[in-house]
Amino acid sequence: MSLSFLDKSYNAFHDDQSFEEANSNTLTLYKEPGLVVPPTFNNAGFRDQSHEIAKKFAKGTTTLGFVFNKGIVIAVDSRASMGNYISSQNVKKVIEINPYLLGTMAGGAADCQFWERYLGMQCRLYELRNKRRITVSAASKLLVNIMYSYKGYGLSMGTMVAGWDHTGPNLFMVDNDGTRLKGNRFSVGSGSMFAYGVLDSGYRPDLTEEQACELGRRAIYHATHRDSMSGGIINVYLIREDGWHKISSTDMDHLHWNYVEDKKKEIADRNKL
Amino acid sequence: MSILEYNGGAVVAMLGKNCVAVASDLRYGIKNTTVGCQMRKAYPIHQKCLLGMAGLATDVQTFLEKMKFRVNMYKLREDRDIKPSSFGNMVSSALYENRFGPMFLEPVIAGLEGDDNTPFISSTDLIGAQCFTDNFVVVGTASEALYGMCESLWKPEMEPEDLFEVISQCLMASVDRDCNSGWGGIVYILTPDKLITKELKGRQD
Repeated sequence: MSLSFLDKSYNAFHDDQSFEEANSNTLTLYKEPGLVVPPTFNNAGFRDQSHEIAKKFAKGTTTLGFVFNKGIVIAVDSRASMGNYISSQNVKKVIEINPYLLGTMAGGAADCQFWERYLGMQCRLYELRNKRRITVSAASKLLVNIMYSYKGYGLSMGTMVAGWDHTGPNLFMVDNDGTRLKGNRFSVGSGSMFAYGVLDSGYRPDLTEEQACELGRRAIYHATHRDSMSGGIINVYLIREDGWHKISSTDMDHLHWNYVEDKKKEIADRNKL
Repeated sequence: MSILEYNGGAVVAMLGKNCVAVASDLRYGIKNTTVGCQMRKAYPIHQKCLLGMAGLATDVQTFLEKMKFRVNMYKLREDRDIKPSSFGNMVSSALYENRFGPMFLEPVIAGLEGDDNTPFISSTDLIGAQCFTDNFVVVGTASEALYGMCESLWKPEMEPEDLFEVISQCLMASVDRDCNSGWGGIVYILTPDKLITKELKGRQD
């Protein structure tokens, strides 16, 4: 049996002027890493849906970063959830862009992983072209420009770009609405408010490296305890002039019972006095 | 988000050899914020009957008081403790009274019946549709994970010690896959001569 009528309609579709135009148009618009952007992307209709879909993939998170005199501390949890289901407790939410740059992951796991890896590639190309390392400011701007160009398409990212360049330690927060903020203290994710509470009360610029790492760890721990969407393992990174170092990777449950013991001892000592 | 998931929580009941067990988590939360981790969700009704409830905390508390009242009235009238299966009917009809404006909770009933202490478990939905099984019942936000764990670990004719081990493993493994339940657990083992209560240390995230 002949299916020529199908071929016909297929050809007719391809001969359609508006399709070709729309297609070439999207190619010139988004030639970033060859992403397929549908020619007839109904933004208004899709936005509500994609919001719901994005909500399902890896939303709950707590991440934080702060600059102090000796460098930058980055601390994150490791839970990935889909709705109320815990899909993983072992997610790497710190993305090592290069030995001097770190990115953190909050929001959609796929969006963060893909675009931060892409950012890594762009940073390397910059290095090869210009024979010097990219600044944190420039790297974060590369990322935010991509975010802005996809504004309204339903990307979900709340990320911090941190690193050490010739200007010193730098910390930027970039999100999917195209916001890019430079600052000394950030926390991103569903548990960020809990983390801010600890971070803001314990922060001083003259913290030692150990104190700073413990502050970051403790802030994330409190967030994982209170926020049901955050949890798992707490990863702490420290960025110095010689690049980033992974300091620790601790199960929040071990931390919890250690902190409980510490508190008991503290109370016992106080009662002795 | 369903009102049944507003506070989070998970309850499971299991049948053993001449014994029953009810286990619950300890979390009390408001949506995704954990407010407390000392909240038991199973209650002894009398020496040989337990009631576990998952759902909206305010309704759970109100309903518990209502059931305590009715069980006391029953005892005054009948001069004996209510049979667990009759208590199941009482719970069911109390829930159906609110058919058109339900209480947002799902109960499980577990107990030992008659002179030979026949184990009994049942659960209902929020408007009182009863479900009787001869193995296990689960309710709450971790119910899907609990079904999986119970389905693989439960076996017939377990002694109280084995029942405790199985129900604890089921609860702890399940709540670790659910955001809105966990933070420790509590297990009640009901045997013909005593009610054993054990608290479980669980992950605090």
